[in-house]
Amino acid sequence: MVLRDRERRTRRGVAARWLVFVAAASALVVAGVAALLTSIFQRQQEARNPFYRVVALNDTIDDPAVWGQNFPLQYDDYRRTVDQVRTRYGGSEGEPHSPGAADPRSVVAQSRLQEDPRLREFWAGYAFATDFREERGHAYMLEDQEFTERQKVTKQPGTCLHCHASVYVPYQRLGNGDPIKGFEAMNPLPYFEARKLVRHPVSCIDCHNPGNMQLRVTRPGFIEGIRLLKASQGVANYDVNAQATRQEMRTFVCGQCHVEYYFKGPEKRLTYPWGKGLTADSILAFHDSTGHSDWTHAISGAKVLKAQHPEFELYNQGIHARSGVACADCHMPYKRTGAMKISDHHVRSPVLNVNRACQTCHKWSEEELVARVTIIQDRTFEMRNMALDAVLQLTHEIAEQVRRDSTVAGVRQARDYQRKAQFLADFIEAENSMGFHADQEAARILAKSIDYARRGQMALRIP
Amino acid sequence: MARMRPWALAAAILIGTAAGLGAFTFGYARGYSYLTNDPAACANCHIMWEHHDAWAKGSHHAVATCNDCHTPHNLVGKYMVKARNGFWHSFYFTTGTYPDPIRITSRNHEVTEHACRYCHAEITEAIDHGPGTVSSGDGQAAADGGGHSSEPISCVRCHRYVGHWVR
Repeated sequence: MVLRDRERRTRRGVAARWLVFVAAASALVVAGVAALLTSIFQRQQEARNPFYRVVALNDTIDDPAVWGQNFPLQYDDYRRTVDQVRTRYGGSEGEPHSPGAADPRSVVAQSRLQEDPRLREFWAGYAFATDFREERGHAYMLEDQEFTERQKVTKQPGTCLHCHASVYVPYQRLGNGDPIKGFEAMNPLPYFEARKLVRHPVSCIDCHNPGNMQLRVTRPGFIEGIRLLKASQGVANYDVNAQATRQEMRTFVCGQCHVEYYFKGPEKRLTYPWGKGLTADSILAFHDSTGHSDWTHAISGAKVLKAQHPEFELYNQGIHARSGVACADCHMPYKRTGAMKISDHHVRSPVLNVNRACQTCHKWSEEELVARVTIIQDRTFEMRNMALDAVLQLTHEIAEQVRRDSTVAGVRQARDYQRKAQFLADFIEAENSMGFHADQEAARILAKSIDYARRGQMALRIP
Repeated sequence: MARMRPWALAAAILIGTAAGLGAFTFGYARGYSYLTNDPAACANCHIMWEHHDAWAKGSHHAVATCNDCHTPHNLVGKYMVKARNGFWHSFYFTTGTYPDPIRITSRNHEVTEHACRYCHAEITEAIDHGPGTVSSGDGQAAADGGGHSSEPISCVRCHRYVGHWVR
């Protein structure tokens, strides 16, 4: 059929319009595909690892030097924990020591018992009265525990290694793949037998998953402790490795060891006393509910408790914890190395690193920030001294009363007050921030300690 | 006009009125400025003056404008975010039902977090998309590795003041 001109022009018009439409549609489709392609490429770029895999890491390597082959920057910083630097209330200076067969160390930290002789009376009848030194870096944790004179005056169990050595791999081995079984097997062993099963102080594997470097909790003590704590808060069957957020992990991995603890039962099971909460009073109440005591005081006969480094518990009462700051934010702050930003694995006092530990968030001069820290610590130290004196006065008065007549009713009450006052004072004494982690809480705890001590004295006078 | 039905005429007048008023409003409210990158456009509203001043004194003043941090760095995303914010800003300004002091919404916060990484990608690689997040490669040893490390870290939680620190 021959088309008339007008029809032909219409047909061509329609075709042309179709052409334009199809061109536009395909342009859109291609643009979309290109966008998809580039986004996929971008995701793949993001997934590449910014480190060179020299060795393949797995869950059996506890030697930090091997991990250090993949992560030389972090390993380098980790090794710097051998530096002994003193701060006003923390750290230590190296003190020369003549190495002997029993103790091969040539450098030790200063003795706190020499710095403050009251502590010998405070802990009279307990191993701490024999040897107690200023703290130093993670690098020394195993040797200092192995060679302290406290080992000579008492038989310590293998439980001690839970925190002072890299035990994750030894627990796996001892428990045939089950770290909890390994933990239970190592606890009752004599210390020096268990010591043969460990090789390193805290190591990379204790905090990091070797497959993907995620933070994880490896210590059974903490896993069980936090489960107990969460249960007391109404959260049942808390699984820290599955349920903690990333920021919480940055505190929990430190909380594996920087805690108050006791050894439960004849099997010496490491237990964190958090069944009633994390505050010093809750912990004291928990200890009272189980009837636990660490020793009988040699001067007064009171059944007393020793508090051990409760940084995690005290920190959680402070404003920084409340504001979501983690341990690692101040003690392992990010640093720039070359073109990368990594966590500083030289764990130490933030006062030695004010710029990176504090000034990211607190925009004041270093002098000002250190001054604020010093004010808090000086005030806490003053109250700590008052508490120490009060407890010792009570201790001696009880002893005096016992010499005269131990059957007086007030003696039992006074001893109970000493137990409370002593634990609370020791809580702050053993805590390594001199109050900084939660300054007002530290003051409250010391106030309670002083109060209990004076009430104890009153109990001896007013039956 | 002669052969137009009355309703068609009325419709035309109404549409014309709406278009005219709309065009005038667009000009009066400086609507065209919102298509630009000029920070002064964001400070069209009084409530933004403090932030504009703080930005002018801030550390990123010379390297980033409002859009560099508060809109995505891709064509479609940028205008979608502008459009969404534009609508909701107008809405809440009209009704007045927004909280004061104003706080960034979680979606806009996410946009800002991405902006940090857009410029500072290399340096934050190790702590952000480092070995922690996507594939784990060799050594799937530990069964206990939760998904928590794939949570992105928040830059502005610590680096609060780099944009506009309103004292």
